[in-house]
Amino acid sequence: MTDQSTTDQPSDRPTDAPAAEPRQPLRQTPLHARHAARGARFVGFAGYEMPVQYPAGILAEHAHTRTKAGLFDISHMGQAFLLGPDHETTARALEALVPADIVGLKPGRLRYTQLLNDEGGILDDLMVTRSDEPGEDGVLMLVVNAANKAADFDRIERHLPDAVRLMRADHRALLALQGPTAAEVLARHLPGIADMVFLSAKSFRIGRIEVFVSRSGYTGEDGFELSARADRVVELWDILSADRDVMPAGLGARDSLRLEAGLPLHGHDIDAATTPVEAGLAWSIPPRRRAEGGFPGAERILKEIAEGPARLRVGLLPEDRAPAREGAEIVDTEDRPVGTVTSGGFGPSVGGPVAMGYVNRRFAEPGTPVKLMVRGKPLAARVVALPFVPHRYVRGV
Amino acid sequence: MPNTRYTKEHEWVRLEGDAAVVGITDYAQTQLGDVVYVELPAVGATLEKGAEAAVVESVKAASEVYAPLAGEVVAVNDRLVDAPGLVNEDAEGRGWFIKLKLNDPAALETLMTADQYRLYIETVS
Repeated sequence: MTDQSTTDQPSDRPTDAPAAEPRQPLRQTPLHARHAARGARFVGFAGYEMPVQYPAGILAEHAHTRTKAGLFDISHMGQAFLLGPDHETTARALEALVPADIVGLKPGRLRYTQLLNDEGGILDDLMVTRSDEPGEDGVLMLVVNAANKAADFDRIERHLPDAVRLMRADHRALLALQGPTAAEVLARHLPGIADMVFLSAKSFRIGRIEVFVSRSGYTGEDGFELSARADRVVELWDILSADRDVMPAGLGARDSLRLEAGLPLHGHDIDAATTPVEAGLAWSIPPRRRAEGGFPGAERILKEIAEGPARLRVGLLPEDRAPAREGAEIVDTEDRPVGTVTSGGFGPSVGGPVAMGYVNRRFAEPGTPVKLMVRGKPLAARVVALPFVPHRYVRGV
Repeated sequence: MPNTRYTKEHEWVRLEGDAAVVGITDYAQTQLGDVVYVELPAVGATLEKGAEAAVVESVKAASEVYAPLAGEVVAVNDRLVDAPGLVNEDAEGRGWFIKLKLNDPAALETLMTADQYRLYIETVS
């Protein structure tokens, strides 16, 4: 038996990681000993030794997150602060690099956006939060993907005006508590959490732990991300993981959850050669930015918005039970190539295989029959609307 | 199990009458995690030693299962099509993959014994 899945999740394609990184010893998050004590199996991911699953297994961790609450250590992700004299100045500096409306971001709110290269390709995707603390008017918090954090922060720093600087927050760790009972669990420790809506953020204290909480995540479920100092995060993990509703979950479940939620993974479903429009992320570019431009690759991106891109990210539902994985060719009913699968596997909540990929625009309509080449065999599939499992974000009014 | 032999690729083989039953080891299934799909060969197919005999997919990955010895496929475990999780539950029993009529049953002796395999996985894990 030989594992043939060198490009499957969780892993990084070489294009993602700086060339020197794979040869360096793997770093550990502050929670490594906690994971080991629970019997986690570890994998190398983006330069870190991360838990891919615990003894319960990926299917159980996935199901628990969809029905109760899964607790994920995502401390490998990159956190940083952008510090400027006022919100307008900091926001304008970031808007020169991303296509979202950052100027219009209200205190205590966050947005999803993409760091773009000069051709409009996605160097990374990230969350941007505006602090709501008095006295922190010019502060934005960034969370970027682990594999890209060094390159992202270098690029941002190089492009900042003198009045704004980037402060890496390597002293902070990050947890994600995801699932339908996540709010209930957190409310046992943080009264007031229930009032938060999707994409809002607030500072709290649990005992002596200061926690910056955002109602967000990447599983499609309601949930929270919790940023705390690295030297306090073990206490926070212990409090949350002791809750009867909470099951620790690894990168394996995180990947199957985000795949079912139709959320793109950088380095796989989106990369430096993909624009936000091709990726189906044009919703994250609001009218003001479309009208004003002024972000990298604006000319190409605005043209794609106006005329439609040549290819589009779509959902793919295989009709049989064999999973189609990253790299599988997508062909039309006459076996002509029309695209490529960018992530795929077994969807535990769907109960069968699911995939995402890019197809020529003519094949992007939901319902279009296609075939996926799995181990040289064309398997029937059809193009479907994403997500595979409906999102359950709590948007409020 | 006595009379069961093992390969470095983590297959097991056990003679039952004229047929050699083949599956993946318990160690292999724990390494794979939850098995969600198994692709089996056609009955009647002839396999050389080391040829791809089946594919087993976990949530994370696809892995090939190789024929531990040369022979003809005389049966496949159809239950795995609807219940691939049997590989996790009972890898060295009900989770078998194929039965082979071996070209050379004596070649079984060339594979590892249970004790040898136990030592082998200590060195690879």
